[in-house]
Amino acid sequence: MINQKAKLSPEIFKKDIKQAPTRDGFGEGLVIAGEFDSNVVVLCADITDSTRASLFRDKFPDRFIEVGVAEQNMAGIAAGLALSGKVPFISSYAMFSPGRNWEQIRNFVAYSKTNVNIVGAHAGISVGPDGATHQATEDIAIMRVLPNMRVFVPCDALETKKATVAAAKIWGPDYIRFAREKTPVFTTEETPFIPGKAEIFWESSKPQCAIIACGPFVYNALLAARELAEEGIHTLVVNNHTIKPMDEKTIIDVAKKCRAVVSVEEHQVAGGLGGAVAEILAGHCPTPMEFIGMRDTFGESGSPVQLIEKYGMGIKAIKGAVRKIIRKR
Amino acid sequence: MAETYDKKIKFLEEMANKIRQKLIETLVEAGSGHSAATLGSADIFAALYFHILNHDPKRPDWAERDRLVLSCGHYCPVLYVAMAYAGYFPLEELRTLRKINSRLQGHPHYGSLPGIENTSGPLGVGLSQAIGMALAARMDKKKNWIYCVTSDGEHDEGNVWEAVMFAGKNRLGNLINILDRNNIQIDGFTENVMPLGPLRQKYEAFNWYVLEIDGHNIEAIIDAVNEAKAIYEKPTVIIAHTIPGKGVDFMESEYKWHGVPPNPTEATLALRQLRTLGGKIEEE
Repeated sequence: MINQKAKLSPEIFKKDIKQAPTRDGFGEGLVIAGEFDSNVVVLCADITDSTRASLFRDKFPDRFIEVGVAEQNMAGIAAGLALSGKVPFISSYAMFSPGRNWEQIRNFVAYSKTNVNIVGAHAGISVGPDGATHQATEDIAIMRVLPNMRVFVPCDALETKKATVAAAKIWGPDYIRFAREKTPVFTTEETPFIPGKAEIFWESSKPQCAIIACGPFVYNALLAARELAEEGIHTLVVNNHTIKPMDEKTIIDVAKKCRAVVSVEEHQVAGGLGGAVAEILAGHCPTPMEFIGMRDTFGESGSPVQLIEKYGMGIKAIKGAVRKIIRKR
Repeated sequence: MAETYDKKIKFLEEMANKIRQKLIETLVEAGSGHSAATLGSADIFAALYFHILNHDPKRPDWAERDRLVLSCGHYCPVLYVAMAYAGYFPLEELRTLRKINSRLQGHPHYGSLPGIENTSGPLGVGLSQAIGMALAARMDKKKNWIYCVTSDGEHDEGNVWEAVMFAGKNRLGNLINILDRNNIQIDGFTENVMPLGPLRQKYEAFNWYVLEIDGHNIEAIIDAVNEAKAIYEKPTVIIAHTIPGKGVDFMESEYKWHGVPPNPTEATLALRQLRTLGGKIEEE
């Protein structure tokens, strides 16, 4: 059942639950950050409305910097701004930032440990019709591998807002990943968000499997958990919004409690959330795992729902993985 | 006054020569590193660290200081030598260059050594970082100058032209790019590997103010910087024509010296040439 301490939306399982793209939360978070810290500056590479950086631009035009379609230059400029005491956010689609400008981020942000926040919009296969060129399914891997880098994958628009504000407050390089499509807003202002602290959103008594998820797929994991409960299969769902530094304690605790784990992410299985969980568990309490994600393949054009089903990341797939893994306990 | 100025220029010329000698010693000790461009840009670094920059080696984090962003990080031996003579750290520490546990990384790392303004080495991103600093200075209404040293070879990188375009559009008058035009890169002469010319017209087309000078003429370097400072409405690029390996005859204009240090025998020969100004004076 829903963990009451998570203070999730009372509407959570209603058909007409409020929906919003996670990027909306980014724009709102930027405005809050811009209000409490006059050093916050925002850079965008020609997709200002799309990333919702426009909310900040309209409020603080003097602190908004348009760089044109030049993500590499954007990362370098942000590093220079940070070296002069600014708190820059660079925003583009994840495919291009941190995709195209990864080396600039690696050397001039992560290695230099400059206070640059990188936000990758339109991550995951749910980008849909634009096709595989615009569906970043590798960005968690390429960012979590960088020393000094924090990686956040918020689960809905509200949590994206909280993550954006947190990134502005925390000193050092951060990456925040978010999506294009509208997804349910199932957390509330009261839902805890502490960077580096995973939250248990669903917990049955005597759970047989821990579903560890990130991003909007956390909602799918909750729907799967509810349907599994009706079958008599008891699970626990973790909203693992911080991929790095990962909340080792919670991951180990839930693995020990359940003795089976399913990871759920809109990303390549290799190198993403599931990989990070497996690294922790292999060292502390080896646990049978199933991985929901992209299996060493690129996406394609289609509607988000079709794509998520076709690539085996939907609710049915999550339930299947849970049924499979609990047989290995 | 004129006499004082002449003395200043003479002092800077001698400083450039001292820097070249120490460079040879440092590169031999390191056993690897870049000889040609570092010798070639010694006059520029002498002028920067001992006349142009408004800085304080005892307070490397002084907020009002001018910034020197080295974009072509492989030039760092000359940067380190100039910084050591300026008083940022003891000269003896130059012996640790490229060695384990050193603050003097093979390519500069921001955070390792106070006074280093930015990480560099991977080419083509220094100008972007300098732009970030210039924007920040403008937002904060600061009067400091942002200098960037770029190499000609790194202008192969697309990132450089993204930055050039941005600085021109945004009229960053507080940004001065000193472009070391030494005509060589690892694989050969720049105009054979990937023609860069005409650099003047290219920069002008991107709304920069362009000056061209003899990069070994200290007076010309200082004059050019003063002229650049008088241009408010545009960023300035000073295209400094230099001879790679300057001061050591067997290294001059030989691109094979781009990325290698002298061996001890070559170093002895090089130091003799530098100490005698190519045989014009007697060695002390």
